[in-house]
Amino acid sequence: MAPLLQSSQPWVEKYRPRRVKDVAHQDEVVRVLTNTLETTNCPHMLFYGPPGTGKTTTALAIAHQLYGPELYKSRVLELNASDDRGINVVRTKIKNFAAVAVGSGQQGGYPCPPYKIIILDEADSMTEDAQASSLPFSDHLVVNSNALRRTMETYSKVTRFFFVCNYISRIIEPLASRCAKFRFKPLSEDIMSTRIVHICKEEGLNLDSEALSTLSSISQGDLRRAITFLQGAARLFGSSISSKDLISVSGVIPHEVVQALLAACKSGSFDSANKEINNAIAEGYPASQVLSQLFDMIVESDDFSDEQKARICRKLGESDKCLVDGADEYLQLLDACSSMMKAFCNMPEGYSNDI
Amino acid sequence: MLWVDKYRPKTLDKVLVHDDVAQNLKKLVTEQDCPHLLFYGPPGSGKKTLIMALLRQMFGPGAEKVKVENKNWKVDAGSRTIELELTTLSSTHHVELNPSDAGFQDRYIVQEIIKEMAKNRPIDTKGKKGFKVLVLNEVDKLSREAQHSLRRTMEKYSASCRLILCCNSSSKVTEAVRSRCLNMRINAPKEDQIVKVLEFIGKKEGLQLPPGFAARIAEKSGRSLRRAILSFETCRVQQYPFTNNQVISPMDWEEYISEIASDIMKEQSPKRLFQVRGKLYELLVNCIPPEVVLKRLLYELLKKLDSELKHEVCHWAAYYEHRMRLGQKAIFHIEAFVAKFMSIYKGFLIATFG
Repeated sequence: MAPLLQSSQPWVEKYRPRRVKDVAHQDEVVRVLTNTLETTNCPHMLFYGPPGTGKTTTALAIAHQLYGPELYKSRVLELNASDDRGINVVRTKIKNFAAVAVGSGQQGGYPCPPYKIIILDEADSMTEDAQASSLPFSDHLVVNSNALRRTMETYSKVTRFFFVCNYISRIIEPLASRCAKFRFKPLSEDIMSTRIVHICKEEGLNLDSEALSTLSSISQGDLRRAITFLQGAARLFGSSISSKDLISVSGVIPHEVVQALLAACKSGSFDSANKEINNAIAEGYPASQVLSQLFDMIVESDDFSDEQKARICRKLGESDKCLVDGADEYLQLLDACSSMMKAFCNMPEGYSNDI
Repeated sequence: MLWVDKYRPKTLDKVLVHDDVAQNLKKLVTEQDCPHLLFYGPPGSGKKTLIMALLRQMFGPGAEKVKVENKNWKVDAGSRTIELELTTLSSTHHVELNPSDAGFQDRYIVQEIIKEMAKNRPIDTKGKKGFKVLVLNEVDKLSREAQHSLRRTMEKYSASCRLILCCNSSSKVTEAVRSRCLNMRINAPKEDQIVKVLEFIGKKEGLQLPPGFAARIAEKSGRSLRRAILSFETCRVQQYPFTNNQVISPMDWEEYISEIASDIMKEQSPKRLFQVRGKLYELLVNCIPPEVVLKRLLYELLKKLDSELKHEVCHWAAYYEHRMRLGQKAIFHIEAFVAKFMSIYKGFLIATFG
């Protein structure tokens, strides 16, 4: 394969921490794993937490640090939702991999403990998105992990599992109880800023403090998102980036647009609200984003009573669910706004379902 | 050739409407550092045009020599083999396809083709682009499954393949995929921009435009440039030279729906419902998408209604559209909406006029 142009690599990959101790903000895990590096003793691990907090990074980093680049390929199996096909494939893959015994002994300055590591990335999505498929993917992990349970115990001498997932509740109990669980916290703003400033320095970017705080707030603790936004903005707008540039890259809707929509709803005129909605849709703003920004505004606003807020929030939730189901953006937005209008004007709620 | 195709800008420099976006794209490409891209925006806003122009900018005129192929895949899925067939549009530099056509098996398409592309990676001779581009249309219609399987694949093969995703609503694209792409929002062109384009075409065709004529077409187009150009051409065919008060005929299905709406307003009875059903079927067998029918019907009804009733009617429209999406057969839900509307309206009439 031709050598990669350095620039064509996403920054997310480029600045992925290579060593466990470089992982930001997750002290607990880092402490345990540093210990592992010294003693080469390691339990099964379950990493969970919101996206962009360093779960996969940590798992990859420890594997690299344990085996070094040479042994890595033969000792580490990385499986994620993109690779695996059916339960059989996963089962045979894991079994075959786990069955081959390995020797111990240090090589090239790496500890190389006498076991292998299997990283199951995105473990929770295996179950969640399976319904649509014809394959017995549903319960992928559930079925599979029942098989896994035994695999885990039978081969526990020679393998260590690293599960990586967003929601621990989707991992079945017997599996979870066999693992040491670590929660990855969303990154705080300072830590995020430190990382971003570091990258800016490496890439020769100019970021003022306002842009920096905008970046922290729009990425909501997700470092991957922040870095992706930064790279996008750098590509489009060159080396000095303002907070407006960041907003335009991130897909966040300008405040004025949402404000106008809210004002139209407050005015109580159906037609003007309808016009604003049509406008928002024509501008290509995603409805789910409109809803979430409306939600933020309404919760923070002092103009409405608690009851009004509650009514509106409930409706926004319903509409969001409908959007996830794939309902039409315009209709859902119109419905949500009409309910908001009714809440503002204290009109009675709900419609009877009988014909 | 239709004017829509004839006057489609071929290069990023010639783009009339989204010139700012085009300039940004050009910058992206000249830096040799193209990320994955996600284009989203309403129909007729120029997403496809921009993508085609971008490909040309990247690879030169070679990107325009496309061939249509019916490709077959055999996917080994554990215990059985799945056979898939899909039409692709490909040049030496890019492949374009519509994975959602494969229905629930779309995830295999996405994985297979990306892996295949990664294997046949073009050799870069002079430090030229060592990657191919995969254009995926209608990613919002991809199943969750396929979208999930996209995310790691995108990262893994990013050295050999760039994805350009294209969709109408980015709400239906999962956050995980969105966060891996550079998002390009393509808004619908403003009416004055449409007017500008129409005047440009008029000049090229050597047509005399009466004042305000282009503006009227733009107004009727609902900010869709494609539609504006099509109806401009229709007007040209119907009558030339243009007259000041020439009628810009609406789409026939729109007229049909407005007929249905006035039918519903005139009488609310099971008999009328039965008649309306026939008309709705007529629309559906002519391949008008059911959600478009429902939206248009709502639009027509809202025009005629008291503002008091509007809230309730739009609520039910949203409700039945959602159900339609979950269900299998659209006609039930459209008809349920009509019935519901009749009931509400009749109730309202009785309450007001006794």
